[in-house]
Amino acid sequence: MVYDKSIGRSLFHILNFSILILTSLLCILPFINMLAVSFSGSAAVSAGNVAFWPVDFTTKAYEFALTGGEFYTSLWVAVKRVVLGTTVNLILMVLTAYPLSKSAQKLMGRNYYMGFFIITMLFNGGLIPTYLVVVKMGLIDSIWSLILPGALPVFSMVILMNFIRGLPEEIEESAIIDGAGPMQILFRIMLPLLKPALATVGLFSIVGHWNSWFDGIIYMNDPANYPLQSYLQTLLLSFEQIMLKSGTDYTQLLSMMNARTGRAAQMFLGAIPILLVYPFLQKYFTKGLVLGSVKG
Amino acid sequence: MLRKLRQQSPYHLMLLPSIVLVFIFSYIPFYGLVIAFQKYNPGLGFNSPWVGWDNFSHVFSQPNFVRTIWNTLYMSAFKIIGGIIVPVIFALLLNEVAHSAVKRAFQTLVYIPNFLSWVIMAGILLDILSSDGILNTFLGLFGMEPISFLGNPSIFPWTMIVSDIWKGFGFGTVVYLAALTSIDPGLYEAAVIDGAKRWKQTIYITLPLLMPTIVLMSVLSLGNVLNAGFDQIYNLYSPVVYQTGDIIDTYVYRLGIQQAQYSIATAVGLFKSVISTVLVALSYLLAYKVAGYRIF
Repeated sequence: MVYDKSIGRSLFHILNFSILILTSLLCILPFINMLAVSFSGSAAVSAGNVAFWPVDFTTKAYEFALTGGEFYTSLWVAVKRVVLGTTVNLILMVLTAYPLSKSAQKLMGRNYYMGFFIITMLFNGGLIPTYLVVVKMGLIDSIWSLILPGALPVFSMVILMNFIRGLPEEIEESAIIDGAGPMQILFRIMLPLLKPALATVGLFSIVGHWNSWFDGIIYMNDPANYPLQSYLQTLLLSFEQIMLKSGTDYTQLLSMMNARTGRAAQMFLGAIPILLVYPFLQKYFTKGLVLGSVKG
Repeated sequence: MLRKLRQQSPYHLMLLPSIVLVFIFSYIPFYGLVIAFQKYNPGLGFNSPWVGWDNFSHVFSQPNFVRTIWNTLYMSAFKIIGGIIVPVIFALLLNEVAHSAVKRAFQTLVYIPNFLSWVIMAGILLDILSSDGILNTFLGLFGMEPISFLGNPSIFPWTMIVSDIWKGFGFGTVVYLAALTSIDPGLYEAAVIDGAKRWKQTIYITLPLLMPTIVLMSVLSLGNVLNAGFDQIYNLYSPVVYQTGDIIDTYVYRLGIQQAQYSIATAVGLFKSVISTVLVALSYLLAYKVAGYRIF
């Protein structure tokens, strides 16, 4: 590229950088404010003295978050959900994408199968009928209610299928000549080749399961079964009640933390896992866009 | 024919688990949509007495419902428009930065909010937008009265629109930046030789070459016209802003899950699903015709 070094150009660069920095700050400052609030004393927060650095530094809000309320219980539910849900998603996606990557000659009814899955992307029964089916299946208050209704992420499956179709056919043909059956080909030969695509769709599933909160709220009657994000959702409205129920002396507690610092601490804790995997997310989510499209 | 089927049977077997699960959790709810035309009785389930279009005529006579359609269209229209313009501009500005490390740093910062759930984002917004939150404290420095971003019905929709764009524009930026880096640098060199300044280069080279991506992203967002963002609004609204902030999805939730009026809620859901399906199908068709993008 050719760069010109005129005054106008330098002025533009200064202006441009100011806009970029300002916009980026707008994205990041709310989080820093949240973090500062979570480590500040309650009096300073109530007085509106906390901006981007903790005032009267204390970790009381975190101690409360980790001991009071249902934090650990819901964290454990969330971990189970992510592990179980992502495993189920990956197994079903592979088992579905591989046969569907075949042409209609090699797999009878291939296009009907495809239509069967695609329709669910275009049209859905909506909230209430799905809810009634989950109730009828006896899944209320079971962790499977969070996993089975979305057991096959169709969009990710299509991404995977397109990826398989992009692999050279000779690999599979030579395996067939060597006498390998479809199951052997899938697990011994295809699976290692699918790693980059599986990393992408696997991350989609992990983030999706970690961030889901609504299904937890509607399918769980007992709050002890809430995954973390559903539990955090209940905190948005009723943090004071949770502090009251915690059993510690309320006035004493209030002198050190309040609903705002406590909530800030829990929100930050809920965001940590995402921030930890963020470098991978950034890398693979963009890749997913390229993987998904059909070539030619 | 039979032999062929036996040969292929491992493939069909692989598809079986997905077919069973998708059938139970997607296709039975399709059938469950019949309760939109029934008066739902928990004992009779999907065989409740028929009432024809009564549920529809009842709900469309409710002014509270009709206003949710308007609110939904209003907010989603501005979210879609802003969700295209902001990342395009940001990507264009970012593209002027010569240093790739600096470019990546900005991109990393603005992409973070995209991966956090609306529960966490709502926790942050409730705090920074409250009357004693950091934003009102900041505005107070200029002598402004505290603004009720979440409690004033005429401001609430714009709080939703702006915060939605804020959370999502990092994703668009990444997509557009990827498109920008694939533009042939030779075109710019030729333009410089012809005496075109940066501004002219942007108008006559960058924008036209970015157009297919812009068209694709706009067309794909068409399917979301009736989704004004349940996760966001549910976590941030309150009865005082129902007048301007209540959307179809939040209305269905309150009616169906909270008040257990299953039939009427399903009727609303069906109405929304039918229109959404037409829009999604149209958007895929347009994406293929206009931008040559095909997902299946």
